[in-house]
Amino acid sequence: MPKLVKDGAIVDNEWTLMAKPEDAPEAVEVPAGQVIVPLSVWQAQQEKLQTRNDIGVWLNSDEAPEALQDAVQKLPLIALHFPLFSDGRPFSSARLLRDRYGFKGELRAVGHVIRDQMCYLRRCGVNAFDFGDQDINLEEAVKSLDDFTEYYQASHDQPLPLFRRRVS
Amino acid sequence: MYKYDQYDNKILQQRIAQFRNQMERFLAGELAPEEFLPLRLQNGLYIQRLAPMLRINVPYGMINSRQLRHLAYITRRFDKGYCHVTTRQNIQLHWPELSDVPDILAELAKVEMHCTQSSGNCVRNITSDQFAGVTQDEIVDPRPYCEIIRQWSHFHPEFAFLPRKFKIAITGSEQDRAAIQVHDIGLQLVRSDAGEIGFKVYVGGGLGRTPVIASLIREFLPQEQILPYLEAILRIYNQLGRRDNKFRARIKILVRALGPDVFAQKVEEEFEYMKDGSNILTEEEIERAKSFFTEPPYETLDDASAQAQVDAQAADNRAFSKWLQRNVRAHRVPGYSSVTLSLKPTGVAPGDATDRQLEIIADLADTYSFGEARTTREQNMVLADVKKTDLFELWQQLKQAGFATPNIGSLTDIVACPGGDFCSLANAKSIPIAEAIQRQFDDLDYVYDLGDLDLNISGCMNACGHHHIGHIGILGVDKKGEEFYQVQLGGSAANDARLGTVLGPSFGADEVPEVIQKIIDVYVENRTDEEQFIDTYQRLGNQPFKERVYAKAS
Repeated sequence: MPKLVKDGAIVDNEWTLMAKPEDAPEAVEVPAGQVIVPLSVWQAQQEKLQTRNDIGVWLNSDEAPEALQDAVQKLPLIALHFPLFSDGRPFSSARLLRDRYGFKGELRAVGHVIRDQMCYLRRCGVNAFDFGDQDINLEEAVKSLDDFTEYYQASHDQPLPLFRRRVS
Repeated sequence: MYKYDQYDNKILQQRIAQFRNQMERFLAGELAPEEFLPLRLQNGLYIQRLAPMLRINVPYGMINSRQLRHLAYITRRFDKGYCHVTTRQNIQLHWPELSDVPDILAELAKVEMHCTQSSGNCVRNITSDQFAGVTQDEIVDPRPYCEIIRQWSHFHPEFAFLPRKFKIAITGSEQDRAAIQVHDIGLQLVRSDAGEIGFKVYVGGGLGRTPVIASLIREFLPQEQILPYLEAILRIYNQLGRRDNKFRARIKILVRALGPDVFAQKVEEEFEYMKDGSNILTEEEIERAKSFFTEPPYETLDDASAQAQVDAQAADNRAFSKWLQRNVRAHRVPGYSSVTLSLKPTGVAPGDATDRQLEIIADLADTYSFGEARTTREQNMVLADVKKTDLFELWQQLKQAGFATPNIGSLTDIVACPGGDFCSLANAKSIPIAEAIQRQFDDLDYVYDLGDLDLNISGCMNACGHHHIGHIGILGVDKKGEEFYQVQLGGSAANDARLGTVLGPSFGADEVPEVIQKIIDVYVENRTDEEQFIDTYQRLGNQPFKERVYAKAS
């Protein structure tokens, strides 16, 4: 089974990432098992899919988390897709999902995410990293989660900025 | 000056370790060049035409003698013994070895310096007024706020992969010397009628290939709200800024596309969610930041007698008198002056300084200016706190070191990017053009008589030499593989910031000095007694200049 990094550990990837359908999203058949569907499929089939507890949704970098509306409270997993690692929109999406919409499930970075983004993404609320078919040594990569252990700013992982914590 | 504590040091050391690992992986072929690119840029490292280039931050232009000496050492050990002061108050090394850069970062950290986010699509070094804290027209000292924003922006997890680079400038004076209206965010410190400190917030200014003067989106933002407000602007930009076209990706394009009012509305809506959060500055934090920028131990001096002494020295020495008028500036404390060191003698690339010169500046700073110096947007350096009675002695030493050219703010105080001699983006050379103009105007008395004149040269439309806001701007362009120069007139970086107007078809390099001469001739022939170049230009418009420059030889 393919592996990923979740909560700092290397674990089996038990979810299947469904590609964006070429056909109409309402016509696509979502297979049984743990599936992460594209936003368009979720929106087209929400009534049916929301009865299952093994459905996650992935957002492309150009899809805002607002599109998920109240489902954020119920979904077990949301994935943020990087079409290109330098597209930084998922960083803001992560913070909105966690800090504004109160998402408590697994928040996963997928696509062209790179090791050197793990620490900042963790700080924004991402807790799982699926590098897909990139050739990456996960034992090495996981070390980058803690590239920084002290920070100036408030973020999801540390809600107080340094200036409210500083002890001289 | 700000002093690092255990937290600042720990964070910076973690950054260096991170980059060392990234460099090792890159050199071992484990990190792809296109993935390494934004990582190295965010540590100041470019791959240039001839060699790598490393851009070292000088936060809001403040540098002390210890840092200057260590920089001198670094330029000797890792480079060719000189460096370059940039238009964003930073310092660049143009000849380091790629694999040395982690070691250079470690050396810089010994004196609390770094290259953090000096390049890349992230929040860059915060720039400010080189006369902060000492100028008579200051409303609020901007430096504590610069430092607060520096800390907020460094390693910000959400904004490291923005659509494009992001530059913030802050001024606390009535006269804007930081060119805030041509920055992605420009902040003007103000006091409300009730005496509260806050910011006027400008957004969406910039130069480059689409020059824009910024829009005012908030008339008064209370000081404690600055971080959440900045975060709201950056979040809107990160989400909505264009990523499909590098040349349409700056925030100015987004602000224009939405309209400043709609953009401001979106920021305010985002800000609503943040304005009660933990990023609101505490009084203690503002006081802590201010505690690093308290007054140096000024002596109580008799200004009248100090001035009388200087006047007497000036009366006896014309060269000293000219230098006083061009390179020395009034200070808010009686008996003191601020001195600008010209890094623009003819024949030296504008802004270049050798290792030995850095050490001399360090020594002079220790002797005459409480051990501190500043870099300027005009690519010079400043000793901000010099006793008037020391001016004559200082001038003599500056002359020896090559810093006393009395040309600050004048035609030969040329701002220029490194240009085609160094930069792989450039269409044309900048430095030889600057030198040719300086040679054309080699009569100091004549230049002195011309008064205030900003001449800016950029080697390409990325506009690192800020040619749009020069009174005279020169832009290098490429025409079928040959270097040509377009001239524009009437730009300004001051409070009435405006962009220059292109004069007409471009010129070959050898024609440029004569073209500038003709422009100056029109000014000299038409000016009234009080007029500076920019005033005459604004009264006459482009036409008379154009007619003279493009007149057929008769």
